[in-house]
Amino acid sequence: MSSISGIESVPSKPLVTASQLSVALPVLAVLLASAIFAAFVALYGQNPATVFGLIVQGGFGSSFAWQDTLSRAAPLVLVGLAVAIPAQAGLVIIGGEGALVLGGLAGAVVTLPFAGAHALPMQLLMLLAGGLIGGLWFGLAGVLRQFRGVNETISSLLLSYIGIAVFHHLTEGMLRDPASLDKPSTHPIDPSYMLPTLPGVGVHAGLAVSLLLAIAAHVVLRYTRWGFALRVVGGSARVARMIGLAVNRWIIGASVVAGGMAGIAGAIEVAAVQGTANSSLIVGYGYSGILVAFLARHQPLAIVAVALLIGGMQASASLLQRRLGLPDATMLVFQGLIFICVLVADAIAQQLRETTRR
Amino acid sequence: MSVPQVELKNMTKRFGANLALNNVSLLIGSGTVHALLGENGAGKSTLVKCLVGFYHPDEGHIQVDGREHRLNSPKDADALGIGMVYQHFTLVPSMTVAQNLVVSGARLPAYINWQSELRRLGEVTRKLPFHVPLDVRVSQLSAGEKQKAEIVKQLYLGRKLLILDEPTSVLTPAEADEVLGHVRSLARTGELSAILISHKFHEVRRFADDVTVLRRGASVRTGAVADLTDDALAEAMIGEPVSKMVQHAPKSQPKSDIVLSISDLRVNGDNGLPAVKDLSLEVRAGEIVGIAGVSGNGQLELVEALMGQRDRSGTMTVSGSSFNGTRQEIARLGVYGLPQEPLKNACVDRMSLAENLALRNFDRVPLCRGIAMNYGALADQAERLVAQFRVKAPGLNASMSALSGGNVQRAVLARELTQDVRLLVASNPTFGLDFVACEETYRRILEARNGGAAVLLISEDLDELLGLVDRVLVMSAGRIVHEVSAEGADKRVIGKYMAGLKAA
Ligand SMILES: Nc1ncnc2c1ncn2[C@@H]1O[C@H](COP(=O)(O)OP(=O)(O)OP(=O)(O)O)[C@@H](O)[C@H]1O
Ligand SMILES: [Mg+2]
Repeated sequence: MSSISGIESVPSKPLVTASQLSVALPVLAVLLASAIFAAFVALYGQNPATVFGLIVQGGFGSSFAWQDTLSRAAPLVLVGLAVAIPAQAGLVIIGGEGALVLGGLAGAVVTLPFAGAHALPMQLLMLLAGGLIGGLWFGLAGVLRQFRGVNETISSLLLSYIGIAVFHHLTEGMLRDPASLDKPSTHPIDPSYMLPTLPGVGVHAGLAVSLLLAIAAHVVLRYTRWGFALRVVGGSARVARMIGLAVNRWIIGASVVAGGMAGIAGAIEVAAVQGTANSSLIVGYGYSGILVAFLARHQPLAIVAVALLIGGMQASASLLQRRLGLPDATMLVFQGLIFICVLVADAIAQQLRETTRR
Repeated sequence: MSVPQVELKNMTKRFGANLALNNVSLLIGSGTVHALLGENGAGKSTLVKCLVGFYHPDEGHIQVDGREHRLNSPKDADALGIGMVYQHFTLVPSMTVAQNLVVSGARLPAYINWQSELRRLGEVTRKLPFHVPLDVRVSQLSAGEKQKAEIVKQLYLGRKLLILDEPTSVLTPAEADEVLGHVRSLARTGELSAILISHKFHEVRRFADDVTVLRRGASVRTGAVADLTDDALAEAMIGEPVSKMVQHAPKSQPKSDIVLSISDLRVNGDNGLPAVKDLSLEVRAGEIVGIAGVSGNGQLELVEALMGQRDRSGTMTVSGSSFNGTRQEIARLGVYGLPQEPLKNACVDRMSLAENLALRNFDRVPLCRGIAMNYGALADQAERLVAQFRVKAPGLNASMSALSGGNVQRAVLARELTQDVRLLVASNPTFGLDFVACEETYRRILEARNGGAAVLLISEDLDELLGLVDRVLVMSAGRIVHEVSAEGADKRVIGKYMAGLKAA
């Protein structure tokens, strides 16, 4: 106890600089996870080299693979931002899944009353509705934290379950399209309202939306006074109050923006891929977003790169299943391994920092 | 175990290009108190952190009773019986003193036999010349009692060399005298040796046997305290003869306009109970009003409420407008502050020195146009302030915790006092500052006053207060119980009010 008592944690003369470390660590973690994953597939009687070859091929080996990867990366970027933005304010919010499905539901139903309208306003309306509902959902976690002292990590996780339950309740009840027999869904949106495909890329326009939002997040956090203020709030609420920043508003605002990102991700999935809100939305994107953000060290541009990597891995899952008969969940195992390795690497880095400080 | 003689030999420590310790040797005789003096950033804390194994010196080693040791971690220091008491408290507030002590042991058994541990604890504390209540929650202790409990903890852990890094900053002068008196008598009776880091000459003189002066990381003077005059020590610290202390600018007549007006202020403490009770006061332009009081009588809560860090009821107006601590109000009305423990209360640790210097004006031209930050201008401003206030730092991009304690304070001074200050709330603004920086801080506060600012100065040091202020208010149990102008102030009367012996 006395050893951890009161010394400032200052990296004094580290072996590597902090920025080198922040790149090296996730890379090392992924390598380590790959090694463990190789052992895992070897246990299944598969040649790890073949498996990795198929992952690369299935994720990045053809233009078709790239299209699949990119369209998976689009929501991953957004759910990654949903974790990274509140992280700047010192919040750990992990309930992206709930905001995503509710955003998707909002996107799916908001255009139903309007038949035969112009496509673009309808598409914007869907994204907006998704963002609003997602923002409200995360905003609740922010409000609970600031006004009731509820830990935002736990509340966001629990809210996520509630969100999913509400989603089921509505898609199987009030909002159900009676024609959707085996898979309860909302009424399909007008096909002309679906997000278009990006010319030349072959991927839906949701990709462009998420890239734009990632760049915007980068610019705002890095180059504006809002980003500065958010870092002050995240660094010390006491000091933020002293210099007159409205801490509650910043915290809740950051939560709302983050939830908006997750909600937009859901709306994109509906407006570009599913066409309705149904249980296909609930595939764990929200949780993958936690992995993406942590691996990217909460840096918006790095989130894009990591989302591509994870998207590619997820895209290759079906190839692994078809060629090698590996179960569908194999890729989830790999993802889980990466996550654990990142967390362990963080802990080790913390210790390293403490030793090099001396 | 008898008290060992500890010797540091040729210690050198670099932080990057910054030579924090330059070949320093130090001998702490068995059963003596050895004082370390030096300007802010001279390397005092670095030296003792090497001695407790938190830093590894680049060169040099430690000898205990003539045997050479290398300390790789605080555990090694613990094994040698070396322990440190910090400026801030390390006890867990929600546990009792006894629980804190028992769980502070380095090798805790999986199962704690509380009965036998408490018995052992009782034996340790019974022999002490002072009393600390063992079964009281730490959060209910006064600052002095907490610091005594920290010392008891060290003794309980069997420490023989006690390092005290500015242990009295958070104590009132009377508490400081008591705590250091105990350390000295424990040394006298051969219970321990001690290293005492302090900026206060009178403490060094009264409680230390030997003294070593550090300047820019080098040991420049060492000897028995009795052989060295204050002037000689001061000269060794700054490297040149001490010039006559700056004359404070002549006092100006307070203007008639009221800047700060508080009425019926009520603020709750951390425990949810009222800490400030129906307090009303006024401060005029060009006037310094001092608040005297024993710490823990609501001063902290008062300051935090004024700075917008704590909820309050009652009215507070600045220059006639109501003040709620928003950024616009702060800038328009010119309300700034020097809180105590500036690293915690006024700086964001994970942001750089340059960014911390910009906290007050990051959203204004030239640091920001529209919403776009101009980090070039931010760096320019930092460079200017660092030069102007002589902040010593490893670099503008250094994190705040790489600065020495006194330099953090200077950085905050630089940030707050270069604004257009019309109301300054200063809480123990010279804690941790060396005597040169103290004088400078006083001068700047007086300058602000003479420039027409209203100053509310909270201090537990009555001498400091009376030397500076125009009017004294005494705070006790959350209320103002006495008011007197500085000229007519009688220290004994004020002391009685502070102790709560006299009611208003
Ligand atoms: N972790 C660190 N990284 C980089 N530089 C450091 C670190 N710790 C201390 N320094 C530098 O070493 C020098 C000595 O600092 P130290 O804290 O020992 O000063 P000090 O004598 O205790 O001063 P003060 O009276 O202000 O507490 C300072 O210039 C400081 O900036
Ligand atoms: Mg120090």
